[in-house]
Amino acid sequence: MTVTLAHFLVLSAILFAISVVGIFLNRRNIIILLMAIELMLLSVNMNFIAFSYYLGDMAGQVFVFFILTVAAAEAAIGLAILVALFRKFDSINAEELDHLKG
Amino acid sequence: MTFEPATLFAIFFYAFAGILVVAALQVITSRNPVNSALFLMLSFFCASGLWMLMRAEFLSLVLILVYVGAVMVLFLFVVMMLDLDLAHLRRDFKKYLPVAFLIGAVIVMELSIVLIRGFIGTTVPLQLMIEEMGGVSNTQALGRLVFVDYVYAFEIAGLILLVAIIAAVALTLRRRKDSKSQIIADQVAVNPADRMRMVKMDSEMDAKQDQRGKTGGESK
Repeated sequence: MTVTLAHFLVLSAILFAISVVGIFLNRRNIIILLMAIELMLLSVNMNFIAFSYYLGDMAGQVFVFFILTVAAAEAAIGLAILVALFRKFDSINAEELDHLKG
Repeated sequence: MTFEPATLFAIFFYAFAGILVVAALQVITSRNPVNSALFLMLSFFCASGLWMLMRAEFLSLVLILVYVGAVMVLFLFVVMMLDLDLAHLRRDFKKYLPVAFLIGAVIVMELSIVLIRGFIGTTVPLQLMIEEMGGVSNTQALGRLVFVDYVYAFEIAGLILLVAIIAAVALTLRRRKDSKSQIIADQVAVNPADRMRMVKMDSEMDAKQDQRGKTGGESK
């Protein structure tokens, strides 16, 4: 009953697939889209840490450190855009946001 | 009742992994975005538990502090602030459900076949990591890497955060049209000549006596 590297990798594959499904299902709701992207980043980070642990190399954790930084910045800017959008159009439906079509 | 360390590891792994998958499913399927945000918090907690199992103590605590403490609270604020038309946003939800889960299952199967073949044999002796790090704690080892080997990347990360702060403030800052405020630049740029004008005029007493009813001179 030993937990191997494959267990963690399959777990993060499942997590990644769940967030892909979430993007399919909630194409209209930008908030859920952002949450699905956060889940995706979490699964990638889990891969990095699992490799770092099982292969005995700390550099993987440094990557996770930087991914966490960038993901936090992305969430902040994404939510700021969301608030600005909602003020302007009174909706967060991604399919109505086609004003750049020209 | 005592357990082998490996068995204990497996028990915690399956517990955290099970809760993580269920919570992630709830995030994408729940009706209310507030519930989604709360389930996302739960999945971050479980992921942090798994990272703790893998001895990434610093990152697992950072995940709780930064994500659950800051990012998810931000999400909750935004979700509660916006007045959403949920029925409209979930109109085609049922229609895409079978296709989406089919695609998800295919992704999981493909990835699992490849990964299980490649990495099922990779197990780790329990003491390996600590010996690898020269007996220092995880935080110390990570800090040494970040501040010595990856110091430029660390500074760039700081710059990214600065840009993110400026972008978020610039995007959401809204000036009210009817609000009154000082314009500091105008106040600083003023010079005495604009403020006071010297006017030559006769004395007030004489002017009153000489020409009644008429205003005498101007002053400012």
